[in-house]
Amino acid sequence: MTEKSPQELYDERLARVKAAASCQQPDRIPVFGPFQKYPYQFGGITFKQAMNDYAAARAACHKFLDYFQPDVDFGPIFAYPARAMESIGWKAFKWPGHGLDDDVMYQYVDGEYMTAEEYDEFIFDPSDFMLRKWAPRQFTSMQGFAQLPPWRRFMWTGWMNIGAFASPEMQETFRALTKFSADINEWWGHQAQYWGEIGAKGYPLAFAAWDWPPFDIIGDTLRGTRNVLADMRRRPGKLHDALEVATQIFIEYGSGAAGAPLPFTWTWVHKSTREFMSDAQFKEFYWPYLRKGLCALIDKGITPVVYWEADFESRLEHIADIPSGKIVYHLSNTNFERAWDVLGGQVCLMGNVPNIMLLGGTPDDVKAYCKRIIDYTKGKPGLIMDAAVMLDEAKPENLKAMFDFTREYGLRR
Amino acid sequence: MKDKLITAIADMNEEEAMQLVRAMLEAGEDPQSILDAASEALTIVGKRFDEKEYYLPELIIAGDMMKAVGELVKPKLRAQARSTKTAGTVVIGTVAGDIHDIGKDVVTFMLDVNNFEVHDLGVDVPAATFVAKIQEIQPDIVGLSGFLTMAFDQMKRTVEAIKEAGLRGNVKIMIGGAIMDASAAEYVGADAYGADASAAVKLAQGWVAQVGPRSSALAR
Repeated sequence: MTEKSPQELYDERLARVKAAASCQQPDRIPVFGPFQKYPYQFGGITFKQAMNDYAAARAACHKFLDYFQPDVDFGPIFAYPARAMESIGWKAFKWPGHGLDDDVMYQYVDGEYMTAEEYDEFIFDPSDFMLRKWAPRQFTSMQGFAQLPPWRRFMWTGWMNIGAFASPEMQETFRALTKFSADINEWWGHQAQYWGEIGAKGYPLAFAAWDWPPFDIIGDTLRGTRNVLADMRRRPGKLHDALEVATQIFIEYGSGAAGAPLPFTWTWVHKSTREFMSDAQFKEFYWPYLRKGLCALIDKGITPVVYWEADFESRLEHIADIPSGKIVYHLSNTNFERAWDVLGGQVCLMGNVPNIMLLGGTPDDVKAYCKRIIDYTKGKPGLIMDAAVMLDEAKPENLKAMFDFTREYGLRR
Repeated sequence: MKDKLITAIADMNEEEAMQLVRAMLEAGEDPQSILDAASEALTIVGKRFDEKEYYLPELIIAGDMMKAVGELVKPKLRAQARSTKTAGTVVIGTVAGDIHDIGKDVVTFMLDVNNFEVHDLGVDVPAATFVAKIQEIQPDIVGLSGFLTMAFDQMKRTVEAIKEAGLRGNVKIMIGGAIMDASAAEYVGADAYGADASAAVKLAQGWVAQVGPRSSALAR
């Protein structure tokens, strides 16, 4: 038997993942995931190095890819560009060398970046609010934008009122953003190079766009967790109006995946887990807007992959209300069997292998867990094997067991 | 009016609660009794959280109301507010490298309304800080919080540091966080994990019931 060409392997992998994602029968169960910090640990570099030395990050990801051979790959996208983050002056983030130790994942600094009184400004003109109010609060480099008049007043002779570009603050903003642009373009250059390299090896890219649920756009980006949760009681009307606006932003953001070989829009869910809100609040404030956005993406031929971080067992019946065979739900510690009973065959389920097992368990533990999941799903397609949450730490032999066992035992039988 | 205040806070009527506090102060009500009423209301909020009638939004609003009541009342207090926390003493914090605080704050709130004296060390807390605090106040229980998977190893290091300082036998250790489970507790060398804030309270109450709160906690 002749060896398969990279193109044949690429086509085979793409078909396998697409089949599983649409709950059709693949040749075997796919195995891959959004491995976050782990590839760099495996490649022998710290996360700080990965965020600063883009070529070293690519090399580590190649080493990881060659050894574990996931069906589709994320590459170095999670090693955010430290130099660009420095030059843009991102205040709402901490990363290795910038408030955190060298080998720790970067983390968002939750905070109030839009006050309760500013809801109306955001609802009226979100772009204007983001440019003139939000950006200067998030980025030290963007102080100049705070001096601009609203751009919507540019019409007729409105241009006569725009003299802010000559201010020292705006000049500084342009200097900083010119440097930032060079830094970020260098990073994207390495990303694009990597995508070409893995395509030539026969691996499709695992993502085509990122997105965040409308409630989290308001909660993470603007109001902060505590405020947005309290707003459900304190100012529900304003929150609903803002969520309508955020839903349009969600659709625009996620639509970037349309037409990609693997049109996956990864949707990162943050604020709707069990303790964060009641079922009634989830049904009123979270799910209707997210569902509307997901359906709009599905209508564009996109496959949303919703990353339900934490335990969503109590929400399963609600989130089952979604078009069949069009979406992937990534589960972390939601009870898998319960989720499969409710969603199996209709929604492709992904994930669920406990990270603590990949770190502290044995290859036999991992195999037994994967076997349990595969056996439970027998007879119905729509499963993708992955760690429960984005992988940062693991014993290589445990992760290898997840890959090898799934490849072997997950064959169509 | 005291009963009205309790109901207003417990039912999340913020404006009414603040109006009542102002009216009670103007009428010459004992500031300490206003604080006691607010504490009683928080206990009801905690109970409703346990019963899954309330969730995080209500705890946040209740916490804000308590803070606002305190700001109105404390300038009028002649003596230091009475601390009547006798259920036991807890040192809590998010382990080093992790800056997530919401889970920890919910557990702190629930322990507090259940009469525990809670010392919150904040986020990104080095193992040495936990050790120093344990030496200082000799708590019954240590709570380690973590959201990131990195916390597994950091919690393990923290437990080891407590052990090396010769303090492991003096405290019960619980862990919590979205990805924590019983096998994580075993991995890090903790005594148990709490699936949520209510579970953490039950664990703490169970442990203290076994041995009673440490005398040092009662002496303060």
